[in-house]
Amino acid sequence: MGDVNNKKVSWVYSDIVKDHFMNPRNFVAGEGPEWEYNGVGEVGSPACGDVMRIWIKVEGQKSNGKITKIGWKTFGCASAIASTSILSEMVLKDGGMSTDEAKRIKAKDIVQVLGGLPKKKIHCSVLGDQALIKAIKNYELGIENNE
Amino acid sequence: MNDNSKNILYFDYASTTPVDQRVVAAMEPYWYKVCGNPSSLHYKGREAKDILDEKRVEMADLIGAKTNEIYFTSGGTESNNWALFGLVNVSGKKGQIIISSIEHKSVLYPANILQKRGYTVEVCPVNKVGLVDLDKLEQLVGDNTILVSVVYANNEIGVVQDLNKISKLIKKKNPDTYFHTDACQALNYLETDVGKLGVDLMTFNASKVYGPKGVGCLYIKEGVKISPFLYGGGQERAMRSGTENLPLIVGMVEAIKIARRISTNESSRLALLRDKIISRVKKEIPDSYLNGDGKKRLPNNVNLSFAGCEGESLVLYLDEAGFCVSTGSACSASDLEPSHVLLALGMKKGLAHGSLRISLGRWTNEEGVDRLSDVLPGVVEKVRMMSAI
Repeated sequence: MGDVNNKKVSWVYSDIVKDHFMNPRNFVAGEGPEWEYNGVGEVGSPACGDVMRIWIKVEGQKSNGKITKIGWKTFGCASAIASTSILSEMVLKDGGMSTDEAKRIKAKDIVQVLGGLPKKKIHCSVLGDQALIKAIKNYELGIENNE
Repeated sequence: MNDNSKNILYFDYASTTPVDQRVVAAMEPYWYKVCGNPSSLHYKGREAKDILDEKRVEMADLIGAKTNEIYFTSGGTESNNWALFGLVNVSGKKGQIIISSIEHKSVLYPANILQKRGYTVEVCPVNKVGLVDLDKLEQLVGDNTILVSVVYANNEIGVVQDLNKISKLIKKKNPDTYFHTDACQALNYLETDVGKLGVDLMTFNASKVYGPKGVGCLYIKEGVKISPFLYGGGQERAMRSGTENLPLIVGMVEAIKIARRISTNESSRLALLRDKIISRVKKEIPDSYLNGDGKKRLPNNVNLSFAGCEGESLVLYLDEAGFCVSTGSACSASDLEPSHVLLALGMKKGLAHGSLRISLGRWTNEEGVDRLSDVLPGVVEKVRMMSAI
């Protein structure tokens, strides 16, 4: 598409970002997930242009259980959508992360697996780690299902 | 577009236009045949000088100006910068500058710099549909006002201002205040006679009118006191030094000639297509809004907001589907702030992040408009399905 001299035209972000933006994983289409969740967290504001909400289902022991399901919704740009999508994959890898492990995910880890992001986009579009921490805290406080 | 990327439909003519093949043909001899420097005394120099003079006459005719009022520049940004910095430089006093709240950044940022240098900068608001608040403007113009700058047709929302009315209002309050307009988006479709518009300075360029990028013009009315913009070899009557770019100047004049010739027909043709998109969106996409006045707008401009959508996502999904459009979303801007133009309309930031500009042009046809209108609801739906708000 739009080739000049058969050269491939570059995309805005990395190929990994493109893949997750075009084919987002684990997003929630409706108001909330169709499965039973026990933690939810939200960060961002419409005014800033990015809002992320993450739902999780934690199984096993209360203090350091395993996240077996995760769903998300994101209002934001392509890098915001891709970063939440890839975070959901990171969490579910190898049968699901423990909550302790998930809490240690930093924005820079997400950026790394995405194959990098423009510097100015990191602060605003990678908020998934914070939404996830909020969801885990929400679970730990035991506010189940009804937020 | 008239190129080989057949599967891409271009709806971003307000960003830039492809160069018309007739313009390419007109420029052709000036790259290597007529190649002299118009300042040279010899044959090749005089040959180039003759063409330059001829183009200046033609340019002047196209906008109802005198030849000594035409200054060729490198484009709209330079012309706007020159108008602002040039006018304040000669006034000698730290007077007041008034700009509208929906100016292009090449007016807005120079104004910000002048404010830092001690000038008073007043930003005249617009109403909800983007028309300059004339009462407020009248209040703002005073004895101290050096310059008022109002964009003729806004680049994002396409709203067209009544320059003649604004000019009369300014001159009534202070006949010594200069009135500058940025007319870059206007030349294809609107009145361009500087006398009828009542402007003292007018910026325009070629890259929005199917001419080459990198060339523009500043009309400066005879008698206006303005400082030179570039110093050096003394070209453009010592106001804007630098060897004249003859091929680009020839291209610009040719492009504007064509644009003026077909202006009326093209305006009606595009207005129909514009209104078709707007009505289909209103009918088929809930919570969608047209930004800017529905009538006083460029015939090629559609600017919409979709609640719950972020603009960059919309643009990139549409891009993947083969449509080139643009957005006023923060994420597309270098400063991460949503468009100051949309915020000036009183729009909430959340909605300003979800704007989409669809701009039509010479190679837009009904089939393309239908294809875009067919695809748009699905894309908006996809983004909304993922959206957390």
